Amino acid sequence: MLLEVNGLEVRYGGIRAVKGIELAIEVGELVCLIGANGAGKSSTLRAICGLAPVHAGSVRYGGVDLAAAPVHERPRRGLVMVPEGRGIFAQLTVEENLAMGAFSRDDADVAGDLERQFESFPRLRERRLQTAGTLSGGEQQMLAIARALMARPRLLLLDEPSMGLAPRLVARIFAIVREIAAQGVTILLVEQNARLALEVADRGYVMESGAIALAGAAPQLLADPRVRAAYLGEGAA
Amino acid sequence: MDIFLQQVINGLTLGSVYAVVALGYTMVYGIIQLINFAHGEVVMIGAMVAFSVITALAGAGLPPLALVLLGVGCAVPVCMLVGYAMERLAYRPLRRAPRLAPLITAIGVSIILQHLAMLVWTRNVIAFPQIIQTEIYTLAGATVTSVQLAIVALCVTMMAGLAWLVYRTRLGTAMRATAQNPQVAGLMGVDINRVIAATFVIGAALAAVAGVMVGTYYGIAQYTMGSILGLKAFAAAVLGGIGNIPGAMVGGVLLGIVEALGAGYIGDLTDLCQYGWLAGLLAEHCAEGGHFILFGSNYQDVFAFVVLILVLVFRPSGLLGERVGDRA
Repeated sequence: MLLEVNGLEVRYGGIRAVKGIELAIEVGELVCLIGANGAGKSSTLRAICGLAPVHAGSVRYGGVDLAAAPVHERPRRGLVMVPEGRGIFAQLTVEENLAMGAFSRDDADVAGDLERQFESFPRLRERRLQTAGTLSGGEQQMLAIARALMARPRLLLLDEPSMGLAPRLVARIFAIVREIAAQGVTILLVEQNARLALEVADRGYVMESGAIALAGAAPQLLADPRVRAAYLGEGAA
Repeated sequence: MDIFLQQVINGLTLGSVYAVVALGYTMVYGIIQLINFAHGEVVMIGAMVAFSVITALAGAGLPPLALVLLGVGCAVPVCMLVGYAMERLAYRPLRRAPRLAPLITAIGVSIILQHLAMLVWTRNVIAFPQIIQTEIYTLAGATVTSVQLAIVALCVTMMAGLAWLVYRTRLGTAMRATAQNPQVAGLMGVDINRVIAATFVIGAALAAVAGVMVGTYYGIAQYTMGSILGLKAFAAAVLGGIGNIPGAMVGGVLLGIVEALGAGYIGDLTDLCQYGWLAGLLAEHCAEGGHFILFGSNYQDVFAFVVLILVLVFRPSGLLGERVGDRA
């Protein structure tokens, strides 16, 4: 197992946002975590990244408990997140944003990876000296993903990558997610767009009010009447 | 003597020092939104340490330049340590506290540092050792001293060095990224505690050099010298747009010039004898070319704060700032 979450509980003040969940991801899998707004998906991701306090339970990555590891230790170990709302550095140039993605690396091939990201995202090359804040929403999402790839992730966490994007761009982002997975990067995808997420994923977890309500292979969840009714906008079965 | 040119030269000199000090305010504000009111005290400590070192070694027969360099060489690391310690001990524990708490703490740190300095260096005005022979040059009716030239050159060099650090290095990119979004910077692998500490330490190093320059320029130093200087540099940072690095540089130089011109002309402008009907009322003062001057150049310190008030009223984001800062 690359990632094992056991009995994870996240609290904000008195509110239990995540109520003791179990979650596991194998190397090479593309797993999605779906659920309604406020179900605890983002809190789960934030706890894995060290941004939210783990009240109980454990997060193990590559067999190591991450409890004591500060946020900035994670990318060095290949655990990288694309945060919700993209989190680009608006006043840094596109190229500086990408350089920040490789901040935790000290090997010599950063320049080569920069070139590879520009190959995959030609728009970013055209705008490499522009400040990232001048990019369109779709371009910013591409930048956020490219920046995360600059860290050479083993496990990539994507928090709502389709948020606020036009349908055409959403399709493009999901195609990119599939491509990254095909290159062997393990992915945990958090999405509100359940249909698209289940269509690209191998497996899925459905979260409801802080707990895992359902889990299984993605095609199985897509066919599940409860999922269809609650998340795919179809009439009750 | 050309008063205008002379005051511009004097203003440039002091203004470049304000700029260097203002950088310390603006960098810290940019990264943790704290106005570090103790920053002026770091300038004072820099001056005091250099004073002690130079005085202690004055009899050793070293060349004057070596003495000054030794003084700066001791002041800089001491101030860096002070900067690091204040971040680590006073501000870091309050990182998540409401913003008023670190602000009040900053004022407290300022008072503590001032009184520690008073214990070490007494409350007397200290004559800063004038060991460098000052050369005087004339330029189109105004005079420039070698000390002024050295101060401007050093300030420009330090600002260029800082700009290089902030805009061209990995640490600088991490600093700017942390200023914009510390959480995401952390996700990129940046240890934001280290970056914030580095910001304080760099600002303190600049402040140390500024302190030595101010001491040399005025020829005196005192444990209270940091507060008014710090407030002026803060005004300069606000003028340029707090949090904005080029803004601090521009604001500092501009403030220095405004202050010098203000001090140079306020006496003439407020000489009531030049206004006809007032001259009549004040006949006994104005007779035979007499003067009745309302405000003299001792009002020099007022201009920085007039500028501060004007900026806060008419352009709170400053000359180069984009976003309007939050309160407190």
